Formats: sequence, structure tokens, C-alpha cells
Amino acid sequence: MVAKPREQNLEFEAAERNLSPGMANQAWGLEDSATDFKETELTLGPPGESRDAGGKSGTKRGFCETLDLNLTGSNAKRNDPGAQSQQEACPTAKHPAAKAKLVGWPPVRALRKNAMRSDGCNYVKVAVDGAPYLRKVDLEMYSSYKHLSEALEDMFSCFTIRNYFNAGKLMDPVDGSEYVLAYEDRDGDWMMVGDIPWQIFARSCKRIRLMKSSETVDIEPITPPK
Amino acid sequence: MNKVVSPKSTAKSIVMRNTFPEEVLEHVLSFIDSHSDRNSVSLVCKAWHETDRWCRRRLFIGNCYSVSPAIVIRRFRDIRSLAIKGKPHFADYNWVPEGWGAHAYPWIAALAEAYPALEELRLKRMVVSDEALELIGKKFQNFRVLVLCCCEGFSTDGLAYIAANCRNLRVLDLFECEVDDMGGNWIGHFPDSYTSLESLNVSCINSELRFSALERLLCRCPNMKALRVNCTVPLDKLAILLEKAPRLMDLGTGLFMTELRPEVYKRLAVAFSRCKEIRSLSGLWDVAPSYLPVVYPICPMLTSLNLSYATIRCPDLIKLLTHCQNLQRLWVLDFIEDRGLEVLAASCKDLQELRVFPSEPYNQEPNISLTEQGLVSVAVGCPKLQSVLYFCRQMTNAALFTIARNRPNLTRFRLCLIEPRSADWQTHGPLDDGFGAIVEHCKDLKRLSLSGLISDTVFEYIGTHAKKLEMLSLAFSGGSDLGLHYVLSGCESLRKLEIRDCPFGDRALVLNAAKLETMRSLWMSSCRVSYRACKLLGQKMPRLNVEVIDERGPPESRSDECPVENLYIYRTVAGPRLDSPGFVWTVNENWAMRSPSL
Repeated sequence: MVAKPREQNLEFEAAERNLSPGMANQAWGLEDSATDFKETELTLGPPGESRDAGGKSGTKRGFCETLDLNLTGSNAKRNDPGAQSQQEACPTAKHPAAKAKLVGWPPVRALRKNAMRSDGCNYVKVAVDGAPYLRKVDLEMYSSYKHLSEALEDMFSCFTIRNYFNAGKLMDPVDGSEYVLAYEDRDGDWMMVGDIPWQIFARSCKRIRLMKSSETVDIEPITPPK
Repeated sequence: MNKVVSPKSTAKSIVMRNTFPEEVLEHVLSFIDSHSDRNSVSLVCKAWHETDRWCRRRLFIGNCYSVSPAIVIRRFRDIRSLAIKGKPHFADYNWVPEGWGAHAYPWIAALAEAYPALEELRLKRMVVSDEALELIGKKFQNFRVLVLCCCEGFSTDGLAYIAANCRNLRVLDLFECEVDDMGGNWIGHFPDSYTSLESLNVSCINSELRFSALERLLCRCPNMKALRVNCTVPLDKLAILLEKAPRLMDLGTGLFMTELRPEVYKRLAVAFSRCKEIRSLSGLWDVAPSYLPVVYPICPMLTSLNLSYATIRCPDLIKLLTHCQNLQRLWVLDFIEDRGLEVLAASCKDLQELRVFPSEPYNQEPNISLTEQGLVSVAVGCPKLQSVLYFCRQMTNAALFTIARNRPNLTRFRLCLIEPRSADWQTHGPLDDGFGAIVEHCKDLKRLSLSGLISDTVFEYIGTHAKKLEMLSLAFSGGSDLGLHYVLSGCESLRKLEIRDCPFGDRALVLNAAKLETMRSLWMSSCRVSYRACKLLGQKMPRLNVEVIDERGPPESRSDECPVENLYIYRTVAGPRLDSPGFVWTVNENWAMRSPSL
């Protein structure tokens, strides 16, 4: 039924065609779901600096740098050592944690997502002092502060905030400056994240900012839940 | 008669053609509306190019970075209507980082100087600031049409300025924009002397619209044809609006829910029954089913119905749809289920476009019975169906075969299986053959989105058959570079290609580098394109901007073999951007350029 492509490019033949769906799932798996956060101490750095001393790129998407991308080589074998270790490192897509971390899927417009909730807009911008970019998160996707902190960590993969809500503060080991997680509420006031029950926070939060604590003189002190 | 044309006679006829009066040519060209035809006209010869330069009034720019305002202004003397698109399509799903670009202000500032007679501006996926809106209000005396589609960056203050200053405004259409609420009453800024409004679409604004101001506006604008209010306009006030504008052709309601009160119901029913010209109905947020029958009188005349925000369930949907025999376009949530789609197929034989959106996109197993069967019913039952967007959770090759065989007239087919890499649930295999059937049978297919379990085989089918395909969207598909190579080498009409999370890499791109100059743009995120390949492309192809968009910091700080996060390649005559943010590098030759303005 299918005509042969005009160019018979021998470099592309064979192994790719025999790729089984199962292997495809694993080789190009979803984000790394294994919770192998080696660091327990809190670290912070602007994006672009990785944790590893070797300067390897962040593993946000689970791609291994060891995959062979040699342009002049012949067949890119599916079963090269790089790919195999990839398969081990990236478990199958059925892992529930992996699902939760799949960013921006399915492709539904933000406005459409927000409209499905009768309590209004829940897309909030997240900014990090010193970083040149913003992200948006949909607070409806999370059910707790812990859940949110995991997502933020995935997005700003250069720092760890897992233990934030226990320790209360983040520190950048490079220059010693401290950061706090703050949010702007519907009244326009900047408050510390974590003071109020999650549901109330999710409804009242308009914007989130990781700000240097040197700039937080006007942040309200911890108040009892509203 | 077989006359041999001698060189002498050919030369004579060429001379005669040059003396064709310019005024006549201008007049003839004024009948040519289509942008691509006008573009072709301008390439016939220098004289025609010159004439087109002087008399072209409408211009479409598909990528704001493919050309600069200065180049446009240098070429065209007097543009009255301009349409510009900014960010790539994947920005709709937040896959393009915030702050990437597509700023409208520089364009508007340049246009204000060069084309003070500009009347119409249509912007899509651009960042439009309040300052930009103020400039429109201030500089264009005869401004008539403002359409902002999927734009952001402005607030109700900017809208207030437009309202207060654009005396000749006919159309204000905000389609799915993000508008910051600064309070105030922007609608109230239309002066009392202002009467020219014909179309107002503010459905995307989340903040309250002052109803009294809206009502007064409708009272003094006799030519209102289209009105789409937002969800803050309550149902019991809708009747008032309809009474003020009974000649509406396009209506977008607000909230369609209030407690059931007979006098409210009756007033609404009467108001709707008097609106004999409504052809398009949308809005319908939070529908109270008991109020639905008030719209039945207008249903038989409807050609377009957008229920994609309406929380109506299947039984009420079915009742509604049986009244809409002339429907051509339906947007609806998956509440319609397979049985509702069967009713649609039986009732609406003129249906051309169907979009089914997911009510709970993140729920693994919602209690909704919408499968591939629903789409098959519509494809089989609606002979004029051309355009499909369908979110569902299961699919089979057999269903796709049936759709393809029955609907060879499909031009747009976008299927989104919510679980990535979902296999054919009957065979447990890939959906290659099903999609292959689609491209083989639907010879006029212009737009295609694939999902589910897909291997390289489908791309071979696409490269072989999809000769009219202009836009292709891929996610979690394919097995290797071969897939991308098939597409780039086979799809002759391809203009836009957008890809995420596919194992496509360097080889296919570099081999098909020349193809990229024949396309508007290529977007790839979370694929396997190395920084080295990006540099190679940037070096080989000076008329392409190769943008590496990477939030991990400068690509130079990582190995050349490291895959880039996002890659956006587009053809341009304007050179590298001058407004890139800190996470975008335009790659040229051996280094990555970042804007000096950073």
C-alpha cells in the first residue's frame, strides 16, 4: 500500500523499523519519575547551574547525555549502551508519579482549563529573583503544598525546595543569600507561602515569587489563617 | 493553426504588454483579495511588483519575526488593514516560556508613523501592552477594527483608552486573550456620542462588566451585529440586552444559570423568539437545563454553536441538538458522549466542523462514555464534515479506516488521545495504519495532529500521500530520525511543523535543511537535536533564524552533544531578533547570539 520513499538513504534503514512499542515507551519515556533526590540539604542557584560538579545538564526531561548523536555514524542502534541505561533510569510510563509530572499535557488552552472551574482563574505566574524567565502553574492541579513544591522543583530544577515547609527558608550555598517563597494574594499583599490551609491559599493566590529575603522587609509576619 | 512563433513576434508582444495602462492594472488588481494571489501578482514582473507596492491595502504577516516593520514600510506605501501572528501555536498550551517575545508595540509604533490611515489591526499570539493600545487610540484617526486573538499583556486600562479614543471603532474582538483586571469601568469610557459599534466580543475577560454601561452602549449603537459578553453577565439580565439588540447575528451569552423564576423565563423566551437573525450562539457558561428551552426558537437557524464551556449533560444536549438541523459548526464538551454524537449525525446533515473538548483532561477515568465510536458516527453520517478536533481516550485503526473511507473530503483532522502513546485497544498495536488511511484517502488534508502510539511507519505514509498538508503537530510519536526525514522530504506543501517529545534529532534536520526555508516555521521541544546541529544549521542557512530556547542557561555551558530543550526555526529576511530574552539564543555559525538589549 505504501510506495517507497524516493531517496534510498541507506543510513536510515533497519533497526528503527523493528522498534517495538514497548521499547519506544521506555526509550523516550516521560520525565524521570524516580524520586532519587540525592541532596537532602537545601541548595539554590540561578537556572543554568547544575548540581553536578561535572557541569552536566539538568535531567529535567530524563534525556541521557550518553545517547549517541553522531552525525557521521551509521545506524543509531536502539540497543546501544546509552539507550539501555536510559531504559533502566526511566521506568515505564504507567508510573503514577510520572503522569503527574507530564508538563502541559493534554494540549488544552489555559483559558479553557480555567473556565471549567467555577471559582475562576487559577493560573499563577511564578518568578524567581535573579532568573530571566517566568513560569505559569495551575494551582488546581495540586492538592497540597508538598505537591506544589515538587512541581516547582521540577520547573526550576536548579534548586531543591523539598524541605522548605519544614525548614522554612532556602539558602543559596554560592553566595549565602536567603530566599523565601512568597505569594501575592487577591488584596495585592505579599505573604509567605505555607501559612494558611492549602485550599484557601489556592483560591487567594494570584502570583508566586521566590524572593531574596533581603527584600522581604514588608512581607507580613506569619498570621493566623484567615 | 500551427503557427511557429518567431522571436520577432514574441518581442513585439512583450513591448505591447509594457504599455498596459497602470490605472487599469490597479483596478483589476483591486479585485484580487487573497493574500497568496496578491503575492503571486507581485512576482510577475517589475511593473506589477511596483503597482502592487502602491495599491496593496491589506497585508498578512504569518510570523512577526520573518520581516521587520521597516521592511514592510519601505515596500508598501499605504496599508489600511494588517494582520500579524506572533508566537508559535504551541504557546497556546504554555509550551513556549513566558517572555519569549512577539511584542506588538514596536510594530504599532512604526505603523503609526508610516500608515496614519490604518483602519484594521488583527493580532494573534502577540504581547500587546496598554501602551500599545494607547498608541492605537492616539495615532489612528480612522481606526475601525481591532481583533486580538490569544494575546496577552494588556489590561482593562488599555481597553478603556481604546473605548475613549477610537471614535470610528466598529469591531472590538478579544478572542481568548488574557486581560488583567485593573478595576474601573472600561466599557463606560465609550463616549455618549459614540454610536458606531457593530461587534463586541469580550467573553474572555474575567472581571465584571458594568451592566448599565453595556446596556447604554447597546442602546445608542443601532448597527450591533455581534455581541459576546462574559460570564459575569447574569442570565436574568440577558433579556435586556437582547431587547436592545434584536438584530444580532452572533450572540455570546454570559452565565446561563439563575434560580428558576417564571417571569425571568418568560421574558427570555420572548426576547429570543424576537431575535430572528441569530446564526451563531456561544457562551453558555454553567447552564441550568431548565432554562435551555428559551433558545429553541433560534436553534433551527443556527449555523454555529459553541457549547464548549457549557456544563450540560447528554440528555439535554441531545434535546438541544435535535432542534439545530442547519448546524454547520459545533464545539462541545465530551459530555455529548457517543450517543449524543449519533444524534448529531442523524440531525445535522450540514455539519462541516466538529470539535469535542475534554471536560476533565487530567482525570484518568472520568465517568463519560465518549469513544472512537462517536467520531465514526459523525464521519459516516455527515457528508460535509471537513474539520475535526477530537479529544478522547481510546482509538482503533478500524475506526480511522472507516472515517477515512467515508470522509475523503476532510481538510483538518486533529485527534488527541489523552493518554500519550495509547495503542489501538483492539490490536494493541500502533495507530500507523489508521492514520495512514486518513492521509491516503483525504487528499486535500491541510492540517493533521497525531497522537497515540505512533511509529515511523506512519511518517512514511504521510510523506508519500499528504501532498497538500500544510500543518502537522506531533507529540510522543515516532521511533527515530527516519520519521522526521519522511515528513520533511515528502510533504511538499508543509508550512508549519510542531513537535514535542519525539525522538527526532540531528540527521533528519541537517539533511533537510533546505526544506526549512520553504516553511514558515519548525518548533521542536524535548526532542534530540544537539546544540552542534543547531550551530550547523545556523551556519548553513543564513535566511533562517535558529533559536535555541533553553532555560538551563547558555548552550555554550553544556556539551555540544547535549540536546537543546526547545528549538524554533523560522525563515526570515529580517536577520536575528533584537529583542530576545535571556533564555533565547539565535544561533549563527560558531557562537550563539543574544540580544544586546539584555
